Amino acid sequence: MAVLVFLEHHGSELQKGALGVLTKGASLGDTDVGAVLVGGGVRSLAAEAGAYGATTVYVADDGSFDPPLPQARVDVIAKVVGDHGYDTVLFANSVLAADIAAGLAARLEAGLNWDLADLVDQNGTLVGKRPALGDSVFVDVGWRSSPRIALFRAGSFDAVQTGGGAPQVEEVAVEPAEHSRAAKVVDQQLEEATGPSIEEADVIVAGGRGLGAPENFTLAEELAQALGGAVGATRAVVDAGWYPYSAQIGQTGKTVSPKLYVALGISGAIQHKVGMQSSNVIVAINKDANAPIFEFSDLGVVGDVHEIVPKLTELVKQRKSA
Amino acid sequence: MKIAVCVKHVPEGTARIDPGSGRLDRSGEGALNRFDANAVEEALRIKGDGDTEVVVVSMGPEKAADSLRKALAMGADRAVLVSDPAAAGSDLVATSRVLAKLLEREAADLVLFGQQASDGDGAVLWAAVAERLRLPVVSQAAELTLAGGALRVKRQNEFGYDVIEAPLPAVVAVSDAINEPRYPSLKGIMGAKKKPQDVLSLADLGVGAAEAGEAGSRTEVLALADPPARGGSQKIEGDGDAAQAIVDFLAEKRLI
Repeated sequence: MAVLVFLEHHGSELQKGALGVLTKGASLGDTDVGAVLVGGGVRSLAAEAGAYGATTVYVADDGSFDPPLPQARVDVIAKVVGDHGYDTVLFANSVLAADIAAGLAARLEAGLNWDLADLVDQNGTLVGKRPALGDSVFVDVGWRSSPRIALFRAGSFDAVQTGGGAPQVEEVAVEPAEHSRAAKVVDQQLEEATGPSIEEADVIVAGGRGLGAPENFTLAEELAQALGGAVGATRAVVDAGWYPYSAQIGQTGKTVSPKLYVALGISGAIQHKVGMQSSNVIVAINKDANAPIFEFSDLGVVGDVHEIVPKLTELVKQRKSA
Repeated sequence: MKIAVCVKHVPEGTARIDPGSGRLDRSGEGALNRFDANAVEEALRIKGDGDTEVVVVSMGPEKAADSLRKALAMGADRAVLVSDPAAAGSDLVATSRVLAKLLEREAADLVLFGQQASDGDGAVLWAAVAERLRLPVVSQAAELTLAGGALRVKRQNEFGYDVIEAPLPAVVAVSDAINEPRYPSLKGIMGAKKKPQDVLSLADLGVGAAEAGEAGSRTEVLALADPPARGGSQKIEGDGDAAQAIVDFLAEKRLI
């Protein structure tokens, strides 16, 4: 088994989800673990990839690859797979990575299994674990040919440094295909980000209609800040304009699985549930004792978020500063 | 101009996987994947009163004709369904192969997809189809405009949004934030029956049986299992000590 991992970066930061997938790839017991970095200046990120288990880092270090578009990245990864014979290619899900993985599958006529929560070696055969149909069933999926391509849901694996040495760095020279160069990014608007993004956060504090008004999202923000986490939102409040779409969790937003998910004033409709139920620990505060969210919470608190959350934030802060 | 919209017929109500085949049970009632309604709406919005042709295409069981008819009732001009027993059980590579063959025949200027399938939660097909057609692809389009043989898309991502331009022909997957799909009018529903609706086999497209269905797929379902049970859940009343109780719980779980 020879594993290659696509490492997405934003600015000069490797994405934690991708490093988690690299950690997983390195744990599969291979001596050679490849990682691919694409974009201007990525060579400087190679050493960090080595710390998370990559033995060889393939860099397409070229500013013309900076726009976050999938198709030129398909060209790069297809070349690395073709030249070096990797039989397993892993991606951490994102808007960009999903399009790269699917394009690569078509290019290489390779199987793609997506939305995986884990990958295990069962007697020499790789098996993907895929929660499906609103996580009501876990499906074991396999690949019938090589290379195998896998796309993992956010937060599936912790990023852990392996203590590996400096990786070998190899330059990849690729002239992208004509259709890969056709789309151009002409403008980019970054949303103001304070703290970790919801894909990267270990803790998410999410708010729903039960917060009562948009300004009450400060309750979620202050608690998230105290816990070192990010703020999420339900579709209802995003649709109502209370919070940006980038924070939306659920079927039409993001699927997350942080270590701790705190749901404030969220009823737990199925559309939201599918986006967060694989979180390790779920704490819900809702004044409706019959809210569905209590059915899949580890700790459910029937009460008023406006009374409980400020006290909770204060207690967390005290504990952290103690 | 010609716009092709790719749609999926998905099971209605609670979906289940057939334990025998490992495939989604498609024997019951179905409906147009609701995310695809946004793609149909966007095509109709671009068409406006102009002479653009909107063709809806799908691959699925015979009953998928119902979903295509709904798109026709919304205002699409023509429908093509690829339905063939040998195509059942197709995975991403097989489905994209068949769909690309169909889209090659249609030679549309713009190919639209919805943002995901509501049954399998797949959100990948467009990129595979675009690769086979060797066309530019843009996904998560929250706004789409066409001018001078090119498109301009506002694409949402994790960090904000990008504005992307690409020449036509191109493939675009629209987000469900892009529009509010119309409901078919009674006149639309009546008129849909008279619109051209073709059903093609794999042979009609020149796709061999070994290139589609399970034979043409590169992934497989090995086993089904119940999800891991969540640990014991506790529920407490939010009296004055609730905040402290939460902190104690988090501390016990080593989360703070």
